[in-house]
Amino acid sequence: MTMLRRPFFWVIGAIILAFVLAPTYGNNVGLRESLVLAAVYITLASNLNMMLGYAGYVNFGSIVFFGLGGYFCVWLMSAHGWSLVGATLAGGVAVSALALLFGLGILRLRGAYFALATIGINEAIMAFVSNFGPWGGASGIYLSPALFQPLGGAGKALWLIYYLLVGVMGLSLYLSYAVKRSKFGLGLLAIGQNEDAAAVLGVPAPRYKAIVYSLSALLPAIAGGLYFFKSAFIQPPDAFDLQLSTEVIVIAMLGGQGTVIGPAIGAFLYEQLRGWLLTSPTFSNFQLVIAGALLLGIVLFAPGGLMGWLYRRWPRLRRFLE
Amino acid sequence: MIKRMNKLLLAAVGALIVPAAFAANTITIGMTASRTGALNVDSTYVMHGAELWRDEVNAAGGIKVGHKHYKVKFVSYDDQSQGGRVQQLYTRLILQDKAQFLFGPYSSGLTATAAVITEQYGTIMMDSGGAESKIFELGNKYLYQILTSAAHYLSGSIAVLKEHDPHAKIAFVYSDDPFSKAVVQAAKKEAEAAGLTVAMDESYPPATTDFTAIINKIISSGADAFMGGGHYADGATLARQLHDQKANLKWVSILVAPDSAQFATLGAGANGVSVPSQWEPQVKYKPEFGPTVAQFTKRYHAKYGVDPDYHAAGGYAQGLLLQHAIEEAGSIERDKVAAKLNAMDVTTFWGHDKFDTDPGHHGLQAAHDMVLAQWQMKDGKLVKEMVWPTAAATAKVVYPIH
Amino acid sequence: MIGVLASLLDGILIGSVYGLAAMGITLIWGVMDVINLTHGTMIVAGMFGAFLLAGAAGIPVYATLPLVLIGGFFVGVAMYWIAVHRLVGQPPLMSLLSTFAVNLVLIGLGTAVWGTDLYNVPISLPGLSLGRYTFPGTHLMAAALTVVVAALLYIFLYRTRTGKAVRAVAGSREASELVGIPTRRVLALTFGIGVALAGVSGVLIATMFPFTVLSGDPYLLKSFVVTVLGGLGNPIGALIAGVALGLLEGLATPFMPVSWTPVIEFVLFVVVLIAFPGGVLGVFGIRGTRAQ
Repeated sequence: MTMLRRPFFWVIGAIILAFVLAPTYGNNVGLRESLVLAAVYITLASNLNMMLGYAGYVNFGSIVFFGLGGYFCVWLMSAHGWSLVGATLAGGVAVSALALLFGLGILRLRGAYFALATIGINEAIMAFVSNFGPWGGASGIYLSPALFQPLGGAGKALWLIYYLLVGVMGLSLYLSYAVKRSKFGLGLLAIGQNEDAAAVLGVPAPRYKAIVYSLSALLPAIAGGLYFFKSAFIQPPDAFDLQLSTEVIVIAMLGGQGTVIGPAIGAFLYEQLRGWLLTSPTFSNFQLVIAGALLLGIVLFAPGGLMGWLYRRWPRLRRFLE
Repeated sequence: MIKRMNKLLLAAVGALIVPAAFAANTITIGMTASRTGALNVDSTYVMHGAELWRDEVNAAGGIKVGHKHYKVKFVSYDDQSQGGRVQQLYTRLILQDKAQFLFGPYSSGLTATAAVITEQYGTIMMDSGGAESKIFELGNKYLYQILTSAAHYLSGSIAVLKEHDPHAKIAFVYSDDPFSKAVVQAAKKEAEAAGLTVAMDESYPPATTDFTAIINKIISSGADAFMGGGHYADGATLARQLHDQKANLKWVSILVAPDSAQFATLGAGANGVSVPSQWEPQVKYKPEFGPTVAQFTKRYHAKYGVDPDYHAAGGYAQGLLLQHAIEEAGSIERDKVAAKLNAMDVTTFWGHDKFDTDPGHHGLQAAHDMVLAQWQMKDGKLVKEMVWPTAAATAKVVYPIH
Repeated sequence: MIGVLASLLDGILIGSVYGLAAMGITLIWGVMDVINLTHGTMIVAGMFGAFLLAGAAGIPVYATLPLVLIGGFFVGVAMYWIAVHRLVGQPPLMSLLSTFAVNLVLIGLGTAVWGTDLYNVPISLPGLSLGRYTFPGTHLMAAALTVVVAALLYIFLYRTRTGKAVRAVAGSREASELVGIPTRRVLALTFGIGVALAGVSGVLIATMFPFTVLSGDPYLLKSFVVTVLGGLGNPIGALIAGVALGLLEGLATPFMPVSWTPVIEFVLFVVVLIAFPGGVLGVFGIRGTRAQ
C-alpha cells in the first residue's frame, strides 16, 4: 500500500486522532458538541468536493442525501426497531442507490443546469416527504429516549455517536484521498477540466459521473442517520435545509476545492466562526453578512481558497497536504 | 500600624468575600429565543414576559430559598427559529453557563429538540412555548408544560359554533407544522363528535403567502365556518385575504395571529375573527400568589407600552411557577424542586396549573383552560373581547360575523 | 365548476407576475450565462421600495413603479461592477457563488434592519366578482401592469438599437466585440435591466401579498422553474411559462390537497430540465436570445 508511505495519509490519521482525543480527555461535553457539528460539516464538504472539486459539477442540493439518510435511519429505528448500526448502514446504501437513479436522469446536464436540477430534486423530495404519512409528514418523527437504552443510556450513546461520526468523517477524508490518487480520480479531474476532451480521450464520462455522484451520497447519508438519531427529532425543513447545502459549498470553496484537506480546514474554520458569531451578542445578526463577504472575497480574489493561497506561497506544501 | 494593617486586611478580605457571597446567591436560568427567523414575533413577547418577571423578582430582593435570597440571572441565545442549533445551545447553557433551570424555546418543534438535551442532563425546563402533547409521550421527567396543550385549543370555538348552528360545515385549513396539525387533528374529532360536518381538511406549506386558490376551494366547499391557520404571518394573511376575496364566512377562528395587538391593523379584515387564547387581560382568575390579572397587565403595559398577549403572560407565568416551586421546596436542588412541581395545583393570574405525573404523559398540563377572544367593533374601534367561557365573558359572541 | 374556473383565471393573473419576476433572471442568464442568485432578494428590495416610498413619502403605490425601476437599474449596474465584472468568461460556478455571496450580505443587512417582521403595502382596489368568487382588484391591476412592462421590454429588445446590441452580445460576445459593440457596457446595462425587472415584480407582488425580508427564496425558486419552462434568455417565453405555472397551480388546487402543489412543481421542473433543455416552448420553435 503505497498510500501508507505518503505523509498525507498520516496527516489525516492525526486529524482523526485529534478529534477523538480532544473532548475525551477531561470529558469535555461542550467541546464535543461543537466538534460534532464540525465533523458533520467536514463529512459533507469532503464528499461534495469529489463532485465539485474533482469533476467540476456543482451539487447545490447535496443536503438531500444527508436528510434522506436521516429519515431512513430514524424511521427504521422507530417504526421497525432496527439497531443504530444497521439502520444507518441501510440508510447509506438506500440513498446511494437512489442517487444512482437520480443521477441517470440529471447527470447528462451540464454546468448551471445540473446545479439547478439538484436544487429541484432537493425541493421535490422535501415537499414529498412533507406529505408522506409513514415518515410523519410535516410533523416529522420524534424518537423516544428509550431508544438510547440499548446503547447504554443517553450519556454514553452521545459519546458513541460522536465517535461514529468522527469515523465517518475520517472515512470521507480517506475516500477523497484514495479517489484523488486513483485512475478513477484522474478521470474525474479530466472531466472537470474539459469533459468533451476527456471523453474523446477515452474517459468513460457518464459511468464515472454516475459512480462519483452515488459515492458522494453514501457517507453523508450515514452521517445524516447518526446526526438525526442524536437529535431525536427529524422534520423536513431541518433535514433538507437548502441553506446548509449552500454553506457546504462555501466551506469547500473556502478551504480550497479540489484538495483533500481543503474542505476539512474550511469546515473547521467556518464552524468555529459560525459558533462564535451565534453566541456573540453583537454579531449574531451579522453572521450572514460576514459569511457572504468572506465568500465574495474568495470568489473574486482567491478562488483556490485557503489551500490555493497556501500552495502559491509554499509550493513544497503540496507534498504533505493534498 | 499592625492594627491598621489588620483592619485593611480584614477590609480587603471582606471586599473579596462579600461580593463573592452575593455572587454565589444567583440562580441562572438559561433559554433560547427566536430573535431572528420566522418565529421571531411571538418569541419576543414570551421574552418580554419572562424579563418582566425577572426584573420584578430581583427588585423585591430575589427568590427566597430557605433563609437566603437568590437573584435571578438570565442567559439567552438566539436559536434563529431553527432546530439545528438548539441542542448545541442548550448543551452550552447547561454545561458552560451552568444554568440551574431552563425555559424552553418558542414552538413545539424546537421544544422537542431541546428536551432531548435537557432530559439527558436531567435539568428542569419550563415549557411556555410548546403546546404539542406528543413531546410529553416520550418519557420525559423534567419538562413542565404550563400552557394548555394543543388538543384543546379549538374546543371553545367548536362549542360556540355548535350552540349557534348545530349543522354548521367547517373548513379546517392549517399550516403544515407540528403545532397546527396537532390542534386541528384533535379539533376535527371533537367537531365530528359534536355533530358538525367537516367540509374541508387541508394543510398548506408554512411559508405560504398566496391563499387565493385555497380560499376559492373553501368557498366551493360550501363551508360556513373556518378554523385553522398557524402562526402570526400566515394567520394574518389568511384573515386579510378571506376579507379581500369576500368569502363572507359566518365564523372564522384563527390560531395565534389574532391574539396580538398588531392584528387590528387589518381593519375590516379583523372584525369578527376569533382566536383561541391561553390568556386575556380580561380573565377573572383570583391568584393564590403573584400579581393579579390587573396588576400584571398594568405593569407590562407600563414597561412595554402595549397590553400583554398570552405569549407574554405565559413567559411571565413560567417564571412565577418556577419561583413558587423553589420557594416551597426551600432549595434549588433539582429533585426537591421537581417534587414540588409534581405536586403543584395552584391558581395564578395565568390560570389554574397542575402537571400530569402519569409517566406516560409526565409534565403535560392538566388543568389550564383556554378562552376564546373575538375582535368586535365597539364605537367604531376594534376591540378584543373575551366571549367564552360564557361565565367569564366580557361581551356576547357575535355570530354570524358576516 | 365555477370554482375551478375562478381558480384558473386567478392563476393566470398571478402567473403573469411570476413571469415578470422570471424575466429578469432569464435575461441576465441568456445574455451573459450568469445566474443571478440575488434575484429573490432584489424582488424583496422592490417590495420594500414600494413599502417605504408609499408609506414614508406618501407616493401612491403604483406610482412607485417607475421609481423602483430606475433605482433597481442603478443597483443592478453597481452589482455587476462589484460582483460579476471580474468573472465574465469564467465557469458559471464562479458567478453563481459571487451572486450568492452578495445575496447573503444583503439578507444579513436586511434582517438586521427590518428583522423578520411581516410587512404589508396597504392598498385596496375594488375587485371583480364572478358569482361567489371575487378577483381582488390588486391581482387584476398587477396582471395588467405586467403586460405593459413586458411590452416595453419587447419593444426595447426588438425595436431599438441598444436592444439589438443586447441580443447580439447574447448570441456571441466575441463577435459583438469584433463589430465594435461595447460589450462590457452592454453587460452592465443588461444586468441593470434584469434587476430592475426583479424590483418591479416585487412592487406588484407587494400589492397582492404580505412579505418579509426572507420572502425572496420562494420567488427565486419559482423564477427558476419558469425560466426553465420558458427557455433561457427568452423573456416572452418567461411570461408565457409564468402564466402556465399559475394555471397549473390554479388547476391543481381544487383537485388535490394544496400541500402537493410544490411536489408537482419541482418534479415538473426536474423533468423539463432533463427532457426539454431549450424549454418547453423551445419545442414549439419559440427560441429566445440564446439558442440552445
